[in-house]
Formats: sequence, C-alpha cells, structure tokens
Amino acid sequence: MILIGERINASFKDIKQAILEKDKRPVQEWARRQAEAGADYLDVNIGAVSKKPEDMAWLVETVQEAVPTPISVDSTTVEVIKAGLKALDGRPVLINSTTADDRKLEQLIPLAVEYNASLIGVAMDERGSPQDVARRVENGAKIFAAAVEAGLTPERIFLDPILMPIKFMQAQVKNVLEAIQQYTMLSDPPPHISVGLSNICSKAAERGLITRTFLVMAMAFGLDAAVCNVMDSELLDAIATAELILNKEIYSDSYLRAFRMKMARAG
Amino acid sequence: MELKIPEVKQRWPNPINTVKIGATRDEGGTRTSTVTVGGATSLPFYHFEGTIPHPPVVAMEVWDIPGEEWPEAVKEPFADVMHDPGEWAKRCVEYGAELVCLRLKGCDPNGANKSPEEAARAARRVLESVGVPLIIWGCGNDEKDNEVFPLVAEAVAGENCLLGTITEDNYKTLTALCTAYKHKLIAESPVDINIAKQVNILALDAGFKLEDIVIFPQSGALGYGIEYVYSIMERTRIAGLKGDKVMAMPILCDIGIEVWGVKEAKAPVPEWGDPKLRGPLWEATTAYVYLLAGADILIMRHPEAVRATKATIAKLMGLDGR
Repeated sequence: MILIGERINASFKDIKQAILEKDKRPVQEWARRQAEAGADYLDVNIGAVSKKPEDMAWLVETVQEAVPTPISVDSTTVEVIKAGLKALDGRPVLINSTTADDRKLEQLIPLAVEYNASLIGVAMDERGSPQDVARRVENGAKIFAAAVEAGLTPERIFLDPILMPIKFMQAQVKNVLEAIQQYTMLSDPPPHISVGLSNICSKAAERGLITRTFLVMAMAFGLDAAVCNVMDSELLDAIATAELILNKEIYSDSYLRAFRMKMARAG
Repeated sequence: MELKIPEVKQRWPNPINTVKIGATRDEGGTRTSTVTVGGATSLPFYHFEGTIPHPPVVAMEVWDIPGEEWPEAVKEPFADVMHDPGEWAKRCVEYGAELVCLRLKGCDPNGANKSPEEAARAARRVLESVGVPLIIWGCGNDEKDNEVFPLVAEAVAGENCLLGTITEDNYKTLTALCTAYKHKLIAESPVDINIAKQVNILALDAGFKLEDIVIFPQSGALGYGIEYVYSIMERTRIAGLKGDKVMAMPILCDIGIEVWGVKEAKAPVPEWGDPKLRGPLWEATTAYVYLLAGADILIMRHPEAVRATKATIAKLMGLDGR
C-alpha cells in the first residue's frame, strides 16, 4: 500500500492556524510524525483558509525543511498546485488532483509531465460526483487515457473513484468497490488506485472500524493507495494483515513486527 | 510485417544484501583473503537483467574430529590430514576452497563430547593454518552449542567469521555473541519460508543487523527434496529483490554433508558406476542445481566436485574467458 498522510490540511484547526500565522512548528511536527509512521507521501493542502498560491509554496517549503518524504500537492485550484510544484526541491511529487473535466486535464497533465510528477485523477467531471459505477469507470478511463497519451506510465497515474460517507450515501460505497475492480483492468500493469479514506466515516459512529473494514475490502478489490491517517496503528495492522492474505508479503509469526519496522525505516 | 518482441526483462527495486566474511590485518584480523557475497540486482545469472557483483563461492568442510563416518571416496583425499583440523584446512585451500567451514562435530554430547575449550583450540588451529575466512558451525545440539560458542566466538574475535546456526528456537546466545565479537550470522530454517522470515525478524529484534545475516534454508541432496529447497530459495530471492528487506539475504547451502549421506553417492553398487566418480558427480550436480536456485555460499567436500563447481561458476559468470 502507498500511504499518503492526510494530516497537513487546513481543515484541521492547528494547521489552519499555522498557515494564518506562518507558524512552522505544527506543520513540521506533523511532517515528522507522519514520516516516522511510514507515510510514502505527505499530503499538503491549504484548503479553504487561503486562496493564495504563496501560502501553498510556504507550506511545501516548511514540510521540505523537516523531512525528505515525497509530497502530495493537494488543491482544487490549478494556480495553487503550480505554486506548490514550483516550491519543490526536486523530490518525488504527487499532484492531487485532476478531474475528468477537460479544462482540468488540459492544465494538470502537462504540469505532471513538466515536473515528472505522479497524478491523482478523481473520477468526477463537470457534472459533479458520479452516483453509479459506470460514470466512475468512464471518468477514470478518460483520465487514464489522456495521461498515458501525454506520456505518463501507469505507475505514475492514481485513479480515485471518490469515496463518499457511508452515513449519508451508503449505496455509493459498494459502487466504489466495483469501480476499483474495473480500474484494475484498464492496463497491465494497472494504474494505482487511491481513495480519500477518511471520507467514509464522516460523522459516523465506529469510525475506526468502518475505515479499517472498508480499506481491507477495497484492497481485495485492487486498491493500493490511500490518503489516510497514517498515525492509526490499528489501520496499519489491518493493512499488514490484508497484504499477507493477498499474498503480497511472506507470512511469518512476527509479521506485524516486520511491517512496523519496515514502516519505521521508510520514515 | 515486423514482429515486435515484447520487453520481458524485470527490473528489481531492491538489491540483495552484501555480506563480507573475513578480516585482513588492516581490518583487525589475520586473513590473507576475504570473501564478499550478495549484492545482486537480478535472479541468479540473469546478467541481462541486473548486475551480479559477487559470484557464488565454495567453502570446504573440516571437522574438529576425524571424519570416520565419511564414505571412502570422499575420505581418501583427506585421509592423512583428518587427525588435525589445521592440516585438513590447508588441504582444502590447496583444493581451491575460498572459505573453510569448521564443523564442531566433536562437541556433540552423543559423540566425542569435546569441551568448549577444545572447540576454541580447534578454531584457533584452523585460523592459524590458513589465510581464508572461516565459517564455524555448531554440533547441532542447542544446549551444547550455547556452551561452546561463547569460547569459540571469542577465540576468533576480530576475524569476521560466519557463525551458525541460529534457529527459531535457539537464537539469543549466538546472536548476542556475533554482535559482541562482530561476526556474521547464519539463520537456519527448516525448508520453510515463513520460518526463514521469522528467524531473521527475531535476530533483528535482538538488535542484530539484517545486513550481517546469511540464510540457510536447509539443503537436500539431489533426489532428496531438492525441489522443495529450490522453490523456497527462489521465492526468498524474489521477495528480497522485490523489496522485502527481511528476505534480502545471501543464501548458504550445506551440500557435502547431505550428498555424502545418500546411497546414490556412497553405496558400493558396481552397476551404478565407480563410486570414486559417482559421488563427486552427485555432489557437483547438486551444487549446480543450488547455484541456479540462488546459492551464494556452497559448503562442499570432494575436491573434484569443488573443481567442477568452481568451473561452472566461472562459466555462468562469464569469467572463463569465452
């Protein structure tokens, strides 16, 4: 699993405050903690607190000062993403994200090529979020085809079928699983498939259990990446176990120990 | 129409660990040569896929007591030196051994039951007689090995030896000794990839560096379960190359002791051919199979089998001038 740490996001109060006050400390603290937990990428998002591209640049620079971990530059605004990419020191980067909207694709795919970045493609379009499997697959395939056409290899493409809260849109969760399975058939090797994991339990009770159970099921369908809470050790243990069950890792009695050591080393 | 041949080469993200055995004077030991194994970025001899910086090596076996039970064909080249592990080791080096494996067979409480002091003396004797690096192998009785190794590991301190073996049930003493005296470690598992991984994790948990471990998945002679070991070695190597750091170790195969225990190699049956030829052939063929499975260190006995195996390695590595 490719784990993208979700915590440096202005929707969290401490990060919002840090961005407003240009206080590096909380940002760098979360960068270090998530890196130590084994995050493969650190998602960096200025959210609604600011529309200023220079705030994204500040956030990226602040994270880079603290850890060598690759960064996921996360915004719905192309100008903000550009500012984040410009601030990079050459480390691997993930653009989070484009949609299947032509205007988005036309701007973000060339940026991915220019910065040698990987790219998350979210399966929504100008009509909004899909409510069925077919449109998720259609949008995903459209993004995939456009990215491959521009020269991105499948390993640099992450498709996101849009995970929705189970409490409010229960039927969509199963549709996400089916879309994941279809994404795996787009090519060989397939693109990466990623979700914003914490969406599933929004406002729900039993958040941890719902998140873990979904993730394990989604892995069985082909999910191999997630923007998630990498500090959740029960979640990581579930991932380690799912990787054994899928025969991606060799079993040993101390497999959890081995997995945790691997994660710690990655950080 | 031009047919495009698809690219099927694999690119592996994780090289196999590199393990050096032996220490020269400059490095705090007394060896005149050292041995380095591992470092490959491809499956065995897939030179087109990656690099294989260090060819497999051949160690030859010496005991701390005469090998009375060795079959005649393999005893004969050593018959006049088996009384002295030092002379025996010298003979091995003359026959081309790149390392000497001293097996402390005499310490077995069900056999000669030699003392830890005698074992340490035998180790010193071998060390002083040859310049190649040493592998030192316990008698296989856990309790006795845990009494013997503290003295032996200390007696060869600074020489960067390869000591073994640790198992899932007995790893603490030898792991601690190898840490203290800076030796390398053989991690043994019973033809079981899950336990192979487990033993490595246990050693790591005990504070030992994964990069200082050689794994021994046990060995079988040709005709005696070799295919099981082969597939375990292959899976282990693939897991290591794919990025499983707990599986990315060089692999050791203990061949002589297995081959010279099976009837095909030793039985005096004339219609099976001359045992003087048949035994070495059985040993060399067994070695060949393990080379293809990914062996980095082969422990062998018969000089002719060693000669043939070294020639095979040179050929497979493209070092034979062709």
